[in-house]
Amino acid sequence: MSTPTTPLWEVFIRSRTGLAHKHVGSLHAADATLAVQAARDLYTRRGEGNSVWVVPSSAITASDPADKGLMFDPADSKVYRHPTFYEVPDEVGHM
Amino acid sequence: MYSQSLNQQVADTTGPDDAAAAARFQTRIDAEERIEPNDWMPAAYRRTLVRQISQHAHSEIVGMLPEGNWITRAPSLRRKAALIAKVQDECGHGMYLYAAAETLGVTREQLVDELLSGKAKYSSIFNYPTLTWADIGAIGWLVDGAAIMNQIPLCRCSYGPYSRAMIRVCKEESFHQRQGYEIMLTLARGTAAQKAMAQDALNRWWWPCLMMFGPPDAQSQHSDASTRWKIKRFSNDALRQKFVDATVPQAHFLGLTLPDPALRFNEATAHWEFGEIDWTEFKQVLAGNGPCNRDRMAARRAAHANGEWVRNAALAYAAKERARAAAGAA
Amino acid sequence: MYTGSITVAETPLLRYVLGRADDALVLGHRLSEWCGHGPMLEEDMALSNMALDLIGQARALYTYAGEVEGAGRDEDAYAYLRDVTGYANVLLVEQPNGDFARTIVRQLLFSAFIDPYWRALMASTDQTLAAIAAKAEKESAYHLRHASEWTIRLGDGTAESHARAQQALDELWPFTGELFTVSAAERGLVDAGIAIDPEALRAGWHAIVARVAGRATLTLPADGWMQRGGREGRHSEHLGHLLSDLQYLQRAFPGARW
Repeated sequence: MSTPTTPLWEVFIRSRTGLAHKHVGSLHAADATLAVQAARDLYTRRGEGNSVWVVPSSAITASDPADKGLMFDPADSKVYRHPTFYEVPDEVGHM
Repeated sequence: MYSQSLNQQVADTTGPDDAAAAARFQTRIDAEERIEPNDWMPAAYRRTLVRQISQHAHSEIVGMLPEGNWITRAPSLRRKAALIAKVQDECGHGMYLYAAAETLGVTREQLVDELLSGKAKYSSIFNYPTLTWADIGAIGWLVDGAAIMNQIPLCRCSYGPYSRAMIRVCKEESFHQRQGYEIMLTLARGTAAQKAMAQDALNRWWWPCLMMFGPPDAQSQHSDASTRWKIKRFSNDALRQKFVDATVPQAHFLGLTLPDPALRFNEATAHWEFGEIDWTEFKQVLAGNGPCNRDRMAARRAAHANGEWVRNAALAYAAKERARAAAGAA
Repeated sequence: MYTGSITVAETPLLRYVLGRADDALVLGHRLSEWCGHGPMLEEDMALSNMALDLIGQARALYTYAGEVEGAGRDEDAYAYLRDVTGYANVLLVEQPNGDFARTIVRQLLFSAFIDPYWRALMASTDQTLAAIAAKAEKESAYHLRHASEWTIRLGDGTAESHARAQQALDELWPFTGELFTVSAAERGLVDAGIAIDPEALRAGWHAIVARVAGRATLTLPADGWMQRGGREGRHSEHLGHLLSDLQYLQRAFPGARW
């Protein structure tokens, strides 16, 4: 027995606090309109958000876990990108 | 939560690197790192997770049926709304869990087919009937109480998508047990007939709830590897004891009697000791011979079969729309 | 303490509020029957959400009915202790769920009426009704959208789904006329600016349904004989069975609190 598959969608919700849309999960829907409706019905029933994005799961390109070192480790040593790297005398006050 | 296409390229590597990869994998687990869908993982870890997460999902969906049995008969509009919301949550939780399983390279359709063909299992507890309104109270209080004992440790499960789904489930389920206990309390403080109804429900649900934690540790097949992989963090017996210790005082507060003459508090261990569980009954229920196994499967098969033309219609419409868009663009 | 069936005062406002409450409760109850049996899990969620919206509307209206009557009755007294002939919902909402097409088309026909109705009622001179209408309108607007999208997909999906949707539309059509009826008592409320005249919404309702049916490649039935009687308590046989489920515990254990 084989059942035709209904496409998978990734759901992103913007919370009421105005933060960026955040990935909350996925669902199945035949098309984008039904996916938005289903996302609303599944992921916002406790007032979690005021905006929904849905994206076909197949549209996502992800970095390769094998590339984790070359992709992300080089940023670790760039401490001068952070404010705490710089010394400003206390007398100057908050900066 | 991640695309199928991503997962298809991460078939487990085989060959000389396997042992090294497995060692690296275990090091990550031991360091409490979360494993994510496109990370390397041993085939057995993947299989174990697919089995456990999909069973968990099936349990949520089949679990809608015994409680759904009382939606139309809920005794007040407040209770009716709460019960619909609770059963609906279970549907949602099933969906979160199917999605978590799908990150491991299976589809929801495959998993549902396995349930409907009888290949996949679901929690034994949902094969018992809800005979009176008090059963709705007992399920919320005891079944959800037992489920929470199981699910809270799963929030720290090593597999990221499962752990995240469980965090969401636990957060949403926090009202379920309170809802059930409130029903029991109302009945226990109600008329003599209502109190008898509550006691009868407790009598019927208590032992099946203790069985929910699974066979005794000495007989459990899957615990060793699951513990090493940090999928399971407490043994069946440990969770069962925790549940009994938490629940007995709650029953006493209700003024109800637990149906176990052997139940006694051990001052030395500070645990409630309980009588022998009828594991023959448990095995029979798992084997398909519980009071409602056939009804539950018949209901799920009917929903699936009756929905087939609907799902096909939505897919057909989507295909037509794509064709129309393509024709319009050409 | 509840002791048996109740009879409510036949004042126009009470009768009117109960009719609106009964519409919401009976349709919400029908939708809740789907819970656990939907054609896909996503629709289980959707139908349950709509059921909860409608039951919430019914609760607000029954509570207001209690204030209007002033006999110390709460929402449950009206829902659980009136007999079939005391219920004043339209016949459309008590029709059985049937298949998914029938449920969706019933929802379309009702939502296309009730959404503009709530919007108009937001201007009621009755502040409570205006407030209930304002909340309900947002909910019914979503119900209308959901039902429209699904009607389009079923109508323009496969041959089977088209046939089922067309059959649902044909069989439910005779129940739509009652949506626009106004009793003599209700006429007074309309004149007082408390209720609104549904006749004024008929053209708009027809336009919505025709637009959705058109996109769904469905044919609108001709306006033949229209069934009516629900508002006066003359129901189909279906409502009695619905109420015997709904009211079972309150009737079996008179006076118990749950």
